[in-house]
Amino acid sequence: MSDSYVTADGRTIGPVVMEMKNITLRFGGVEAIKDISFDIREGEIRAIIGPNGAGKSSMLNVISGFYVPQDGEVWYKGSRRPAMKPYQVAQQGIARTFQNIALFEGMSVLDNVMTGRLTHMKTGLFSQALWKGKAEAEEVANREVAEKIIDFLEIQAIRKTPVSRLPYGLKKRVELARALAAEPSILLLDEPMAGMNVEEKEDMSRFILDVNDEFGTTIALIEHDMGVVMDLSDRVVVMDYGKKIGDGTPSEVRNNQAVIDAYLGVAHD
Amino acid sequence: MAELLTRADGPASVPALLHRNAKQFADAPAYREKEYGIWQTWTWSQTRDEVEALALGLMDMGINEGDFVAIIGRNRPYLYWAMVAAEMCGAVPVPLYQDANAEEMAYVMSHCGARFAIVGDQEQVDKIFEVQDQLPEFEQMIYLDPRGLRKYDHAAMAQYSDVQERGRKTRQTHIKEMEARQAKLDYDSTGVMLYTSGTTGKPKGVVLSNRNVIETAKSSSQFDDLRQTDDILAYLPMAWVGDFIFSVGQAMWTGFCTNCPESADTLHVDLREIGPTYYFAPPRVFETQLTNVMIRMEDASRMKKWLFHTFMALARKVGAAILDGKEVSQWDRFKYKLGEAFIYGPLKNTLGFSRVRVGYTAGEAIGPEIFDFYRSLGINLKQLYGQTEATVFITAQPDGEVRSDTVGVTCPGVELKIAENGEVFYRSPGVFVEYYKNPESTADTKDAEGWVATGDAGFIEEGSGHLRIIDRAKDVGKMADGSLFAPKYVENKLKFFPNILEAVVFGNERTACTAFINIDLTAVGNWAERNNIGYASYQELAQHPQVLETIQNHVEEVNASVAQDDMLSGCQIHRFVVLHKELDADDGELTRTRKVRRRIIEEKYADIIAALYDGSKSVSTETEVTYEDGRKGSIKATLGVRDAKVMPIAARMAAE
Repeated sequence: MSDSYVTADGRTIGPVVMEMKNITLRFGGVEAIKDISFDIREGEIRAIIGPNGAGKSSMLNVISGFYVPQDGEVWYKGSRRPAMKPYQVAQQGIARTFQNIALFEGMSVLDNVMTGRLTHMKTGLFSQALWKGKAEAEEVANREVAEKIIDFLEIQAIRKTPVSRLPYGLKKRVELARALAAEPSILLLDEPMAGMNVEEKEDMSRFILDVNDEFGTTIALIEHDMGVVMDLSDRVVVMDYGKKIGDGTPSEVRNNQAVIDAYLGVAHD
Repeated sequence: MAELLTRADGPASVPALLHRNAKQFADAPAYREKEYGIWQTWTWSQTRDEVEALALGLMDMGINEGDFVAIIGRNRPYLYWAMVAAEMCGAVPVPLYQDANAEEMAYVMSHCGARFAIVGDQEQVDKIFEVQDQLPEFEQMIYLDPRGLRKYDHAAMAQYSDVQERGRKTRQTHIKEMEARQAKLDYDSTGVMLYTSGTTGKPKGVVLSNRNVIETAKSSSQFDDLRQTDDILAYLPMAWVGDFIFSVGQAMWTGFCTNCPESADTLHVDLREIGPTYYFAPPRVFETQLTNVMIRMEDASRMKKWLFHTFMALARKVGAAILDGKEVSQWDRFKYKLGEAFIYGPLKNTLGFSRVRVGYTAGEAIGPEIFDFYRSLGINLKQLYGQTEATVFITAQPDGEVRSDTVGVTCPGVELKIAENGEVFYRSPGVFVEYYKNPESTADTKDAEGWVATGDAGFIEEGSGHLRIIDRAKDVGKMADGSLFAPKYVENKLKFFPNILEAVVFGNERTACTAFINIDLTAVGNWAERNNIGYASYQELAQHPQVLETIQNHVEEVNASVAQDDMLSGCQIHRFVVLHKELDADDGELTRTRKVRRRIIEEKYADIIAALYDGSKSVSTETEVTYEDGRKGSIKATLGVRDAKVMPIAARMAAE
């Protein structure tokens, strides 16, 4: 594959931006991830799928820097990434959403989205408290970004509503808004469609495609719904029992015997 | 620049009005829209510049005099500007309903042969692309919101802001020609073409001249003392004549500010923030708001409930009288002031009506309880009667003469006459020019002397001189025994119950009246929740025995009230069914303005109507439904047919 190429629907997929090399992650004696390598290209939608307990969320946590693998290397934008704290990873332009929504329940939607701007705030505690000059200008600029994302995800009507009062599907959307507010270069989505009905899934899929299309954001997502994954993603990594059993375009993966076995189940010898 | 045609009493075209306002009210707000959480404002002089830039861009794209420009989208300043810009180029704006489906849009756009379309977003762009093959004259699309459109083929489309940019760049090339075209616009040139929603058959294009628009705007603004400092909220469909007259005609004439909401979902918040001083809503909106208030009051604490009910009782007693300036005792006035502080004021604020000076409702009859509720709060809600062909205004209620059962006295400049069969005719400066490409219909509606048939049956009340409308003239019929049949009269009485959303009454040339009824899911669903009644679907709730019982009581109450009326006592409902689905515009059962299409309903539900008249106790039926995205499905149901108690007809029995 050349350095960059254009997809059938006219999007440009760039060179590799993140590469996982022989990652192994252990919790005590349990090997959650066993020697997995794959890459993520700039501008693509990359899915990680697999049955329950396959190690998908662990993988996402490795990318987001929450877990540090015992073996293997994470390469990001051409250099090896040392062990980092999650906030340092966030500063590098990686944002995520969570499987079990992790919003600030008591705060309004707008305030939640504003927290996503945290890494872009440069003024100190003192000037923030006084809210004069620079701090004020900074907040106005950040609010503008937040408002554009609120507009983009069509959640204007709940701007001032406390998150605790929202239904599940909308909370998921607010979480996406918060992650987008960080203006990430890579967006990690942990089961963005879990627990949604068909209509909510369609909405969310549209938003994910729109985000990728409008902002050119690279997206790595974990998802259970095979239909959704196959429709959305450019390339798919399939995991089972911590191992990589498949990697390629949706159609390649769909015809991969190991993948079919893992999903449909075969007798293990 | 070339002098624009004016008359002794003011500018002679909508663009000329804009130029006048840009000079006279240069720094006053003309349009506001909430975007990114902030109200963005354009002054009149800024508005003129924006409109001119777009018009110049259209000139550069080769727009000709007399071209039609379709305008489709939700209420946004940009689209209002597009209408004026089209006129500046000598073209004719044709606003369309944004929720129209692709076929409906194809019909209208090919009927007028629109060359340009200015649309809101991807949804509208997609619809036009879908039917483009049917539109040979169509050339260019201009869109507002670029979202999702980046990868579309831009050979035949451009972004609104780019067109404006193009206009600014080529100003020198086109300004002379454009000014010359504007200078030609006079009172007789076409100001706008609006398609009627059409309760029967295909929509008709109503051509309105600048005279229609400006004369109507002028006299109606005087009638209600509209001022330059007024604020309105523009949220009703742009294709509807009312919105054009309020947000363009009257706004241009008086120079008041048109405010556009952020999105349809935020309407309620935006209404509160703007607090319009001049407000229009169809009865349904007032009904929904009242239902919501009542539902929320049920959840309030006992103290609050008591306060609410006590003061509302007082308001019902004296509120309307105080509003009309009638005599009310000092003690009641004092109590009403207390109520204003505790209940009415905060309630009006929540509803967004704190500043309303003039409020109108029209289109359908409004329930007396609903009407009185708002008036008793001190909101000057009035009724008017109008139609597209009259450029809205035929009659309206003057301050101090407001009642729920009339539609008021003739507006300035309007003459009325009632034909032998009861049909109302009018003549006014607002009378439309013609139906576009449809001389037969024009001749059917408007006679040589300029009298226009409204299609409504009514009479002028003796004493007050107010007009009362009974029903659509063509729907008024005779029962088998020769007594008068006016379905709408009965349907309105039914719809005044919050539990009933829609009703259709049958009985023309039959021995007895029967009815279809749609329950109101908000009201009935809330009632079910409170009474621990489980239901899985609209259909199940609609057929719940207790729901049927409640509806039966409503029908019998209506029968009792209909029996009081000498003329219409034959219209009591003998049997009814509660329908398993809501009547819907997407299924062609209602018009886009939510009027019942009787013929279509009669055909579609022929089996149920048959069951209403053959005495059976239930009926099984299957109905095709259309989803919003155009897919089709079907619903099967077994509906119970109920008999309702009928009151003896007092007057006739005495005569016999």
